[in-house]
Amino acid sequence: MTAATREYVEAGALAPAAAATPRHQVVAFLVMVAFFVAAPFVFYPVFLMKALCFALFACAFNLLIGYVGLLSFGHAAFLGTAGYAAAHAAKVWGLPPELAILFGTAVAAALGLLVGALAIRSRGIYFANITLAFAQMIYFFCLQAKFTGGEDGIQAVPRGTLLGGLDLRPTLTMYFVVLVIFLLGFLVIYRAIHSPFGQVLKAVRENEPRAVSLGYKPEQYKLLAFVLSATLSGLAGGLKALVFQLASLTDVHWTMSGEVVLMTLLGGLGTVFGPVVGAFVMVTLEHYLAQLGAWVTIVQGVIFIVCVLTFRRGIVGELSRILRKPL
Amino acid sequence: MPAQALFGQLLIGLINGSFYALLSLGLSVIFGLLNIINFAHGALYMMGAFVAYFLLQYAGLGYWWALVLSPVVVGLVGIVIERTTLKRLYQLDHLYGLLLTFGFALVIQGVFRHEYGSSGLPYSMPAQLSGGQNLGFMFLPNYRAWVIVVSLTVCLGTWYVIERTKLGAYLRAATENPTLVRAFGINVPRMITLTYGFGVGLAALAGVLAAPIYQVNPLMGADLIIVVFAVVVIGGLGSILGSIITGFTLGVVEGLTKVFYPEASNTVIFVIMALVLLVKPTGLFGRAP
Repeated sequence: MTAATREYVEAGALAPAAAATPRHQVVAFLVMVAFFVAAPFVFYPVFLMKALCFALFACAFNLLIGYVGLLSFGHAAFLGTAGYAAAHAAKVWGLPPELAILFGTAVAAALGLLVGALAIRSRGIYFANITLAFAQMIYFFCLQAKFTGGEDGIQAVPRGTLLGGLDLRPTLTMYFVVLVIFLLGFLVIYRAIHSPFGQVLKAVRENEPRAVSLGYKPEQYKLLAFVLSATLSGLAGGLKALVFQLASLTDVHWTMSGEVVLMTLLGGLGTVFGPVVGAFVMVTLEHYLAQLGAWVTIVQGVIFIVCVLTFRRGIVGELSRILRKPL
Repeated sequence: MPAQALFGQLLIGLINGSFYALLSLGLSVIFGLLNIINFAHGALYMMGAFVAYFLLQYAGLGYWWALVLSPVVVGLVGIVIERTTLKRLYQLDHLYGLLLTFGFALVIQGVFRHEYGSSGLPYSMPAQLSGGQNLGFMFLPNYRAWVIVVSLTVCLGTWYVIERTKLGAYLRAATENPTLVRAFGINVPRMITLTYGFGVGLAALAGVLAAPIYQVNPLMGADLIIVVFAVVVIGGLGSILGSIITGFTLGVVEGLTKVFYPEASNTVIFVIMALVLLVKPTGLFGRAP
């Protein structure tokens, strides 16, 4: 996404390789944490947990599109497969929640390695098409496989007891566990973007031949980024399955892959906080439009069109342009 | 293995292949000149079927009229989309074109689903094409034979126009180097607009052909288009002949899989795609990007 990335650079949305974290980003992070700590006492916690799961998913997706310039149109595969794996582990094998989520995440990582190894040989539209096709393959697998329960999905997944001591059945307990895991995932991504590894990723995105001439192997960096993105999407998926006690086909379908693109685009591609804002806005919209059936799709489509035509920086991208500070 | 079932699935495979070929041909023509993957293709295919339904319901115009009018109407919709929105994105990364057409796909499908629900509306086949032929080893419904013939004719006709005529030469030249072609006094932006309209019209034609077989359904294009994307990747993006050959071949392969290993019939095309990518990342007929 070279033309697009140039826009972020001009907007100052990309942080330079600073040794210390810029102060405004620390402030923004603390504001976010404060908001999510206070939020369950104002908003409905289940709704917030959904937003947090999608925020983590969108952040993981943003790692690829925003920092490697690869548009994956099949990220639902990682979210959904991890959800099934975690649900199966918790319900059928009776594993405790931490191991169930870990198992789901590991499955997503393995899947990411497999798909990534094939997909990163291409780029641009080819990459989008290939990831989409793989995700559809996985969708059909989940539709037909015995353990996924077909159209019914895996229902009544037990939340269990975390680390043998913390009962996850009360909603607020579950909420704060979700929040902690989300923040950990967020920090992992932040760390990855601002590490030497992240700098190489950006170098590859901006000018691949030059990165090669400097002795880097772009394929390895891209694959590692892809696997990391798939793994964290899997973490979001496993978490989501426990929160809603359900793993279903919705999470593997390509419409979910489209939704995460929309969240990230709306929040701001390649911004640190954009995916969180985008996920929050989209989950809120869907919450209010849910009764209107097909209108959800229409509104999503319109937002897509408007964003692409006139609002390519997204909410946080525009904000950081106005403030002249990368967020 | 009863021969009846084998030939039956082969026929279904050829029918599916006809639709894959028409749709992937349209995608390839558009991709060649505009460099975008038209995500709205499935939605416009569905719209083609709906226009045929509307023509019958509200204007009393039957199948034969629809076969001509529906591609024109949907083609005009495509031209409006291209003129008002897509053309603003040519200077940007091509992925934005993909995202924009994805947005249009959602809107179009959403509107039709809002109005007509998710169940199908019946559309009867023309009286001239009902009935069928007993070939001895199998029964061949006339309408199915007609679909295969139309698809083959249109595909080969398009291939001939693009590869063998002067108009096609302009088109191929504009694909290679639009600036130079403009310098020779050819109106490339208009050519791009008409190409998009034509590609979209092909999708609508496929929609009309499909209406009597599958019913008219707001979601008829949603999952089909993803299979067609895989077909396009296998054939090689932008290759005209490649998309026709792979379209028909994969339809047949899918049909045969239904006979010999039904569990894999939904995924076989994607598995083939993975294998092709391992051996030849640009697709069977594609050139290096």
